[in-house]
Amino acid sequence: MNSTPARNTKVMNRFDLTSRLVARLKNEEAVVGGIGNTNFDLWAAGHRPQNFYMLGSMGLAFPIALGVALAQPERRIFALEGDGSLLMQLGALSTIATLAPKNLTMVVMDNGVYQITGAQPTPGAVVADIVAIAIASGLGNSAWAADEDDFERLIDQSMSTAGPTLIGVRIDDKPGVGTTRRDPVQIRERFMHGLGVREPL
Amino acid sequence: MTVAEEKTSPEISQEKSWHGIVLQSLKRNDISLVPYVPDRILTTLIKNLHADPFFTTFPTAREEEAVGIVSGAWMGGRRGAVLMQTSGFATLANVLASLAMPYQIPLIMFVTERGTLGEFNYGQSLVCRTMRPVLDSLAMEHHTCTRLDEFEFICDRSIKQAITTQAPVALILSPLLTGGKTFDK
Repeated sequence: MNSTPARNTKVMNRFDLTSRLVARLKNEEAVVGGIGNTNFDLWAAGHRPQNFYMLGSMGLAFPIALGVALAQPERRIFALEGDGSLLMQLGALSTIATLAPKNLTMVVMDNGVYQITGAQPTPGAVVADIVAIAIASGLGNSAWAADEDDFERLIDQSMSTAGPTLIGVRIDDKPGVGTTRRDPVQIRERFMHGLGVREPL
Repeated sequence: MTVAEEKTSPEISQEKSWHGIVLQSLKRNDISLVPYVPDRILTTLIKNLHADPFFTTFPTAREEEAVGIVSGAWMGGRRGAVLMQTSGFATLANVLASLAMPYQIPLIMFVTERGTLGEFNYGQSLVCRTMRPVLDSLAMEHHTCTRLDEFEFICDRSIKQAITTQAPVALILSPLLTGGKTFDK
């Protein structure tokens, strides 16, 4: 018996996958982008009023997205997080599994490194399987995307699944393509406008 | 009872316990999402929140996770508050400084205070001493609640101020209010 499962997943690119996701959004779905490259590529994929960009609080993309999902159960929420970030907050997977929101899709961009700080390996890089961790945390609808087509299929599937979905994608070690404008109040305010919570002044 | 009297003595005045005041203050201000990391002192409050269908209340693995959840909920139009104990607050400096404060999110926190007025664990007393300096360093509103007769006023006004000024607040629940935790328990 192998001690580690074979990884048959293609190594993809964060910006490309993020662009593919954004292109599929037709119903003002919310997207929460985790700290660093994850939200830089979300920004670069084309700003939408329903995007939220984190400028700190590493590891909280999924909890923030869970909060949005609980506030707006009729809206689909996507959360994009890096593997290093998720390793900081693995307990959140159990919380989400317990609450089981029907409208939350989580994507883990797994390159095994802290790219933005100099591409040092994460502690889990060689040994941990994020999707297996998610399944063991109670998130049964968790899978690795084999390639880009499979990623799009899993995204579409998640939108009609009666429970939270987690999609793991293996990505290269490229930095983000853009840089989010670091204006937290404006980011938050625009997000609230995008979610219909507020009207502009 | 006249209408005027009803306005000045809301239904919660019938509930004399501190935890009853917290629950009714949350409800009156439409705060329905209450994630927590528990404390012995919070037992009755947590039990009553679970029993009331108005609230969505659940444990999180870490306090900052709960802060993330209520921050997301606020942006989605739903109000929340977080319950924790002193040592849980001590894990929050990063999320307060990088999420709640800069994004101007009205994060409402109830912190049961351990580490003072009869603490028996030296580590807890040291953790407690980090709490107010962190709050003060970020110029965050905080109140130490010691008296039952003031508590409803502090709770209700602080929640309203947090929401209207879009600024976090921490209400520290002193052993003088709650009885605290003692060595023989």
